[in-house]
Amino acid sequence: MSSDVRFTDFKSDKQPTWCPGCGDFGTMNGMMKALANTGNDPDNTFVVAGIGCSGKIGTYMHSYALHGVHGRALPVGTGVKLANPNLEVMVAGGDGDGYSIGVGHFIHAVRRNVDMSYVVMDNRIYGLTKGQASPTSREDFETSTTPEGPKQPPVNPLALALSAGATFIAQSFSSDAMRHAEIVQEAIEHDGFGFVNVFSPCVTFNDVDTYDYFRDSLVDVEDTDHDRTDYDAAKDLILDMDKEYQGVLYQNEDAASYEQAHGLTENMAEIPDGAPDDATDLVREFY
Amino acid sequence: MFDNAQKCRRSTFQKPFDLPLERVDNIMPADFNWAIGGEAGDGIDSTGKIFARALSRAGRHVFTSKDFASRIRGGYTAYKIRTSVDRVQSVVDRLDVLIALTPRTIDENRSELHDGSVIIYDGERTTMQNATIPDDVIGLDVPLKRLAEEAGGAIMRNVVALGAACAVADFPIENLDSALQKRFGSKGQKLVDNNKEAARAGRDYVQETYDHDFAYDLDTTDEDYVLINGDEAIGMGAIAAGCRFYAGYPITPATNVMEYLTGRIENYGGHVVQAEDELSAINMALGGARAGARAMTATSGPGIDLMTETFGLVATSETPLVICNVMRSGPSTGMPTKQEQGDINQMLYGGHGEIPRFVLAPTTIDDCFWKTVEAFNLAEKYQIPVYLTADLSMAVTEQTFAPDAFDMDDVEIDRGKVVDEESIDEWQNEKGQFKPHALTDDGVSPRALPGTTEGAHMTTGLEHDELGRRTEDTEMRVEQVDKRNRKVETAQEQEDWSPREFGDPESDTLVISWGSNEGAMVEAIDLLEEEAISIRFISVPYIFPRPDLSEEITSADDVLVVECNNTGQFADLLEHDALARVQRINKYNGVRYKADELAEEIKAALAASQEATQ
Repeated sequence: MSSDVRFTDFKSDKQPTWCPGCGDFGTMNGMMKALANTGNDPDNTFVVAGIGCSGKIGTYMHSYALHGVHGRALPVGTGVKLANPNLEVMVAGGDGDGYSIGVGHFIHAVRRNVDMSYVVMDNRIYGLTKGQASPTSREDFETSTTPEGPKQPPVNPLALALSAGATFIAQSFSSDAMRHAEIVQEAIEHDGFGFVNVFSPCVTFNDVDTYDYFRDSLVDVEDTDHDRTDYDAAKDLILDMDKEYQGVLYQNEDAASYEQAHGLTENMAEIPDGAPDDATDLVREFY
Repeated sequence: MFDNAQKCRRSTFQKPFDLPLERVDNIMPADFNWAIGGEAGDGIDSTGKIFARALSRAGRHVFTSKDFASRIRGGYTAYKIRTSVDRVQSVVDRLDVLIALTPRTIDENRSELHDGSVIIYDGERTTMQNATIPDDVIGLDVPLKRLAEEAGGAIMRNVVALGAACAVADFPIENLDSALQKRFGSKGQKLVDNNKEAARAGRDYVQETYDHDFAYDLDTTDEDYVLINGDEAIGMGAIAAGCRFYAGYPITPATNVMEYLTGRIENYGGHVVQAEDELSAINMALGGARAGARAMTATSGPGIDLMTETFGLVATSETPLVICNVMRSGPSTGMPTKQEQGDINQMLYGGHGEIPRFVLAPTTIDDCFWKTVEAFNLAEKYQIPVYLTADLSMAVTEQTFAPDAFDMDDVEIDRGKVVDEESIDEWQNEKGQFKPHALTDDGVSPRALPGTTEGAHMTTGLEHDELGRRTEDTEMRVEQVDKRNRKVETAQEQEDWSPREFGDPESDTLVISWGSNEGAMVEAIDLLEEEAISIRFISVPYIFPRPDLSEEITSADDVLVVECNNTGQFADLLEHDALARVQRINKYNGVRYKADELAEEIKAALAASQEATQ
């Protein structure tokens, strides 16, 4: 890893096709800064993205990357990281990708605690399909498929993560560029599954969860006396229905990552050019 | 059938028994067929395996089969062994000795018992009070539970039965000892000794109680054999081939692959992840492969259904991945513990759009090992998903082999076009960007594993350009589709896709099968030969690409295609290839072909064909 990596080294020469003003621009910039600030470079970094507006990120960033199928980015990231723990793995997704079709994988990725980061661009709407309700849409949010609102409560991704045994839960806001980059950087540095839900407003299809809304309503935990290592305090913030928070809400630094628990350190790509030396022992077992 | 059957109650059972005792000379053919049956949870599998291993260690060939239900407790289950000093590779419709722990075991196997077969049972067991022993069969009432208790615990009653079987088969009981040591050694010498004692108690009881010269005599030899099933052979092949990352979700009958790898692959620097579902499993395996590891997942049809979503991504991102499909009876949940070869179409055509994939179908258990090695080489050489398909009957069947059938020195590894820091600039564009989907003459692009300097690149399930970035350019679309298909043409030219051939190459009757039917068919050839019917048999281990059998098909008078499915999916392919009709022999009742049954089927088909032409 070279020390002179700049965040623009993580930028590809492909121009994003996100709508002008989309929160995803700021989200991506913060991810690139965080990767550069943690001493990574494009050749040791693997970015996995799912489907949706968020899924395009693999194209706009420069690194090893896979743009996969809808909802399954976390399992791909898990496979990459376990097969070569020397790589920096960052998984990106959206609220549909991560909390709807992929919610099952989300819960289990949290439980597994593989040392990678997961950045979710949460705009509370389906943007790529032009404006349908997402799992984080408000109960009364009117869309083309929910004319009177979904009439069901939104998913609380932070609560899902906490109940599944998360070791790092954070929330950020794409337009608070410095704080967002800092928070993603902390997720990368965390020895385990670093989960960041990023409020990344959709300027085209969501006129409720707007930049102004988040700017006015978000409370930064750094401005409070919140202790991120206090599980009960984190639970109170996460379940607080009246306020939304940014910052690292919970971190457990004592839990072993999946790789630590299973003693995985080697790059599995390196194998001998024939059967392993003692492979005949495997045959002997069957006598 | 049971008109003259004797109620087997202890109180009415008189010794010496009044059943037919004359030795029937024609019932000791070269092979001996043995089974133990009872309820799931009775330790049937474990007991059967002890006896199979004892036979194997005594230098006898063994071929096993299982009747089982997907319940852990309750329901009929049986473990069957066919053994000979010569190679055996099929089951037959004959049982010589049956250990029956339940009355249903006798009913289920009635048709396989013959004059002079022996049933060993415990007349003191409550459930056996209602059992009936057919009157042409020798019933040996042995107090299995009581003798086991005397030896140290009722749990050893099956081992008492093994001892009794040794007495009947004239098989030296010492051969059981090392198998018992292997099975129970980790639990302490005391347990091993108790089991040895239990076995001897069973043997002694039969010898002392029934003064009878049974028709069986199991010779031993000095040969050393290994006893292995298809799932284990696939797992062992994977480790030998350098597979280091496995992600899977348990499903019958593929779970044994995962269980085999767990606890072994770690010794070679690998890891097994149990995923939350098959969707996750294949995506994890895909991730492992993108990271550069030789990666695999194994499942059965229902899992393939789920994996089909990601299959297209694997193929279009040109990721080398081995997907093992141990087939079972479908559709839907089907018959989870029953045999079928019904997934050819699913593997060949599954998924929307069009994308090439390879499908290998090993025909024997040792071939499972070698085809697994081959699957990993093909996957990496051609950067393509490879289906490696076995089926339930092969996966759970144990068979003996000489150890050199798995000679690790013969394992070759070819990782294909992996570039390093020196060679990477040949594959970069003018801007220094690496081209993971470069258009090449042979269709195969260079592969830069993550970590390679200046190799950073993306790929996607979207149609993409040489850089792996989304494109809807009409020319590039055509070029990428053609490039992916060109890999198949290259592989067809460069690799050996030959089938295996048996029988009389000059015969006008051609039988073709794929996958696990080979063993039964090879034995059926011998049976047919005894009736002066000559057969040319081609056993095909490659579904795609596959050998072109047009000439063989069109030059034969009768072409019979044998497979365990209803419609003849492989026959369809052969007809398509040869532009000629074939006859189909299909079995889809959930049970594999047996050699004698298959011989009869072929005779009947030939007779029908002859009638039709007259």
